[in-house]
This record gives sequence, C-alpha cells and structure tokens, in this order.
Amino acid sequence: MNDAPDSKVPEDDEIDLRALSNDELVEQMHDDLYDGLREEIVEGTHILLERNWAPDKVLNDALVEGMRVVGIDFRDGILFVPEVLMAANAMKGGMQLLRPLLAETGAATIGKMVAGTVKGDIHDIGKNLVCMMMEGAGFEVINIGINNSVEEYLAALEEHQPDILGMSALLTTTMTYMKVVIDTLIEKGLRDDYIVMVGGAPLNEEFGEAIGADAYCRDAAVAVETAKQLIAERRGRRLSA
Amino acid sequence: MSNDASLLIIACGALAHEITALIEVNRWQHVSIQCLPAELHNRPEEIPGAVKAKLNETGKQFDQVFIAYADCGTGGMLDKLLEAEGIERLPGAHCYEFFAGTDRFAQLHEREPGTFYLTDFLARNFDRLVIQGLGLDRYPELQEQYFENYHRLVYLSQGDSADLLERARGAAAQLGLEFEHVMTGYGQLEESLIRVASPTA
Repeated sequence: MNDAPDSKVPEDDEIDLRALSNDELVEQMHDDLYDGLREEIVEGTHILLERNWAPDKVLNDALVEGMRVVGIDFRDGILFVPEVLMAANAMKGGMQLLRPLLAETGAATIGKMVAGTVKGDIHDIGKNLVCMMMEGAGFEVINIGINNSVEEYLAALEEHQPDILGMSALLTTTMTYMKVVIDTLIEKGLRDDYIVMVGGAPLNEEFGEAIGADAYCRDAAVAVETAKQLIAERRGRRLSA
Repeated sequence: MSNDASLLIIACGALAHEITALIEVNRWQHVSIQCLPAELHNRPEEIPGAVKAKLNETGKQFDQVFIAYADCGTGGMLDKLLEAEGIERLPGAHCYEFFAGTDRFAQLHEREPGTFYLTDFLARNFDRLVIQGLGLDRYPELQEQYFENYHRLVYLSQGDSADLLERARGAAAQLGLEFEHVMTGYGQLEESLIRVASPTA
C-alpha cells in the first residue's frame, strides 16, 4: 500500500451536486449559501428545477431556509457583514433563475417592500443587506437605491403598492428626512397604507417612535423578524375587521 | 487656584496617539487615559456597554471622567448612558466631525456626499481596519458593492506625516477614488480636552 490518492475521489474534494439526492442537495445548498458560493447555488437551483421542483419549493426549501440560518448566525454575532453579503450574493444567483419562474406561476410572496436610502445620503450597505435578507426570507423587494427624495418614495409606493416602506440613513444630518417622508404620507392620507420601518447607524428606537415609524430595526436580521411580525399583525387586523 | 483634580479619559483606541500627545505637550500630570479597542467601531452597539464596564472598573478612582468618543454610530445609546452618569463626551457624530469641525465637515459632505474619510489612525491602520475589517482581503469582489457610491477619499490629517499622506493616497488609489487632503490638526478634540483638563485661573 502507498499513500496515493484514491482515483475515484475528485481532486480538491469538489462535490458533484448532480450525484446527490434531493435532500442531500438541499442540505448542501444550505452549506453553500452559508459559505457564499454563488456558482454552486446557481447550479443547485438549476438541478432542482430540472428535477421538476416547483420554483416556490426551491425558493423556500433551499434558499429561504439556508438564509434563515445565515440570519440567525448574523444576529448572534457568529457571522459578520462580509460573510452575510457573500451569502446574499450567492442567494441572488439562485433568485435570478427563480424570479421569472415565480412571476409566471404567480406564487405568493410573504410581503412586498420598497426600500431606499434618504435624500442627501449615499450609504447603502446596510440597506442592501436588509433588502437581500428580506428577499432571502421570501419577501418581494424593490430596492430604489440611494439619495431618494420624498417624491421618489411616493412614486415607488404608487407604482409597486408594497406592504412595507423601508428607509435608511447613516448620517445624523440626513436621518431627519425620514420624518419629511412620513409627514408627507400623513398629509396625503397614505400613512396607514404602509408599514414604515427605519434603520441606520445613528438611529434608535426613540427616534423611530418620534418620527412616527412603525419600527426601528437595528440590523438586517432584526428587520426580517420585525417585517414578518408586522405583516402578520396587519393581516390579522384586516381579517378581524 | 489650579485644577489638579484627577481626570480619567476613557477613549477610543483610535485617539490614543493624539490624546497622549496632548497630555504630554500640556504636562497634564493629573490626567490618565484608558483606551477601548478601536475595532469596536465595527460593532458600535457594543461601545456603550464597554464604556460602562470601564467606568465601573476604574471610574471611581478619579475625581472626574471624560469620554473621548463622539456618538460613533451608537444611535444615542452612549448619550443615554452618559446622561445617567453625568459625564461629558466629545462633540458630534464621529471623529471626522470633531477633527474637521462641524461646519467644515458639513461643507465637505455637501460638496460630495460620496466621500470616504480617513484620519491619521485610519491611514496608519488602513489594511487592518478597512481592508480586513470589511473582509476585502478574503472577498475582494465585495469592493464594488461597498464603494460603488463613493467618488472621493478625503484624508483628514491630524499631524504632518509624509508617510501617512502617502499611505492615504495609496488607499484612495486602491479603492479607485479621487484623493483630497485636508489638514485638520486635533480640532475639537484639542478644544474639548483643554477645557476639561487645563488648570483654571
């Protein structure tokens, strides 16, 4: 006997995703999401679709469940922003395949959010992370980017009719613009049409309350949990009305 | 009459060099400094807790305590703690603001909102705190995601170091940003410390 490697073992321990059963593949995709491996997630998504999985089942079982674990470890300080961005980028690879299929099949999302950074502010890492984690949790997300005026927020709300408006700011000088947007919604009689969530480094819970937001979210993991909770409460109120 | 009551400055590690220099040049023998890790800026929600722990540990050994932090992304939580303790901190939202001065920082931001700032400390520790801190050493592909909205790097320098100026210029090149140098000196850091630490007439 010598120490020569077994010729059947692929070099660099690469896993042949096609050789895995459905359950094994889904489990592997959870690991690949955690490790931020976009190409593997795209391939895994392809394989599940080829095996006639419904797009919403691929989304929920493989991607949403994988991102749920990422979200928990982010919340608990085990994963940090770079790792979560990589995981979210990997998930986006899968979502690019699934999004048109989900639209065709009319699969219901758990809610829709329009999110953007306020006027005068170009910081968007946290906001983008929230968008990706929300998408990873099964929300439909319309990310309207940075430096948004009140008119741009209103236009996006009218066009997309979301459940949630998300606003973000990183500067003490720009965070006050969130109140301008909320006050305009009140003036136009639109405030109760949307759940308003706000976030960003200089904000806190008191600020969120003071400007009339429904919730301040400290980070992306909290944003996902808060959004789920507020959507459920809102739907509960509508059902009992 | 001189104010020789003992003063403890609990400081962000990013300010250790500057505060130590001020203590030496002003011969403040009644002033001590204790620093918390600068890396806390990557987890600002932990700053108030770390300040509180340091206060509990050593604050009572001094007649007076001053906190050498701005708000630093704590969302007002540091102020809440300090209000309860009756302790003062540095002015403003972050070190860029108290080094440059509130008005000058506002002008810099207004002229180009997409500005990434460096201080002497950040220029000296750019690789550790920015490149490694943002994970760009492990995931260089994230650079575009982090910096796509930035157009300019402004180096707010406290001292006059040709080496740091060169490092800051190199950082701008690495990030693909225009470079600008603004000499600020110690700004409101110096003003605040002179006010709380200098002997009174």
